[in-house]
Amino acid sequence: MVKRNLVGAHYGLKDWLAQRITAVIMASYTLIMALALLSGAGGSFERWRALMSAGPMRLATFVFIVSLCWHAWVGVRDIWMDYVKPTGLRLALHVLTLIALIGYAGWAMQILWRL
Amino acid sequence: MTTRTLHFKIYRYDPDQDRKPYLQDISVEVDSNDRKLLDALVKLKAKDDSIAFRRSCREGVCGSDAMNINGKNGLACLTDLASFPEGKPIVLRPLPGLPVIRDLIVDMTQFFKQYHSIKPYLINDDPPPERERLQSPEEREELNGLYECILCACCSTSCPSFWWNPDKFVGPAGLLAAYRFIADTRDQATNERLDNLEDPYRLFRCHTIMNCVDVCPKGLNPTKAIGKIKAMMVQRAI
Repeated sequence: MVKRNLVGAHYGLKDWLAQRITAVIMASYTLIMALALLSGAGGSFERWRALMSAGPMRLATFVFIVSLCWHAWVGVRDIWMDYVKPTGLRLALHVLTLIALIGYAGWAMQILWRL
Repeated sequence: MTTRTLHFKIYRYDPDQDRKPYLQDISVEVDSNDRKLLDALVKLKAKDDSIAFRRSCREGVCGSDAMNINGKNGLACLTDLASFPEGKPIVLRPLPGLPVIRDLIVDMTQFFKQYHSIKPYLINDDPPPERERLQSPEEREELNGLYECILCACCSTSCPSFWWNPDKFVGPAGLLAAYRFIADTRDQATNERLDNLEDPYRLFRCHTIMNCVDVCPKGLNPTKAIGKIKAMMVQRAI
């Protein structure tokens, strides 16, 4: 393959926007969590479970975890793009990162729905 | 006339002779007529004519004498000698991130390649009017803080994103120029210009750390211009 400078993959804006939106979602969830803890929801295991297994909170936590993984995907991929130059190695790292993040998300869901 | 001795540590590298770069200790007498760092450098050059650096207009217009001064990029001709603390040596290095040709002179090819990649000229296919293409005062106002860039490369070479990807990331200087033409109401290639930048590297390597704003000797704000480009892309996309 000839060595050409390849740029022009049209997903820059989408990922940049996704990173901002997921950041807002995570910040909001952090605020909700802080308020819940301040109101004593972490006082005992029963109260904690009641909080985390309530429908709206479960939905919020689900959205938070998806946002976290999506946000981390953009950030970690940025690191690979900056420091790992060989295409094959970079693709492999991208795939491993995706598998890890999807795995974490699935694991978190499992914990959440087991409560 | 009061004189003062300035001590320097200057990055020296002549690829024909030196195996690797080193810092040379050298001092020079300056008097009260010497106000800027460039004045001292000119005296240093008279003392040791093997020191190589670029200079031209000596008043912050040409952008030739950009260098790394005590760890921060700037123009030697705009840096006050009085701003240096007494007794401490002044450390001069070439602009970081670009290949060194010799001493304080760097190869700016990559920097200008990125500048040219954004097509830094007005694109308008209409036949030129009798006199000039008019703008309202408000439309012209938007170009302030953009057109003044002298392409000294202080900003781009202080940007880590440019250090890691100088071949792909346009860099703050190029992006400031890009917005200068995107913002110009006389230009007709806005969409093509935005297309050219909508890439994970060319524009979005900017993570808003604002090193560019910190060092710009003309007081410009590339980060703000980059933010406006991003805002226009969002506006176009949704």
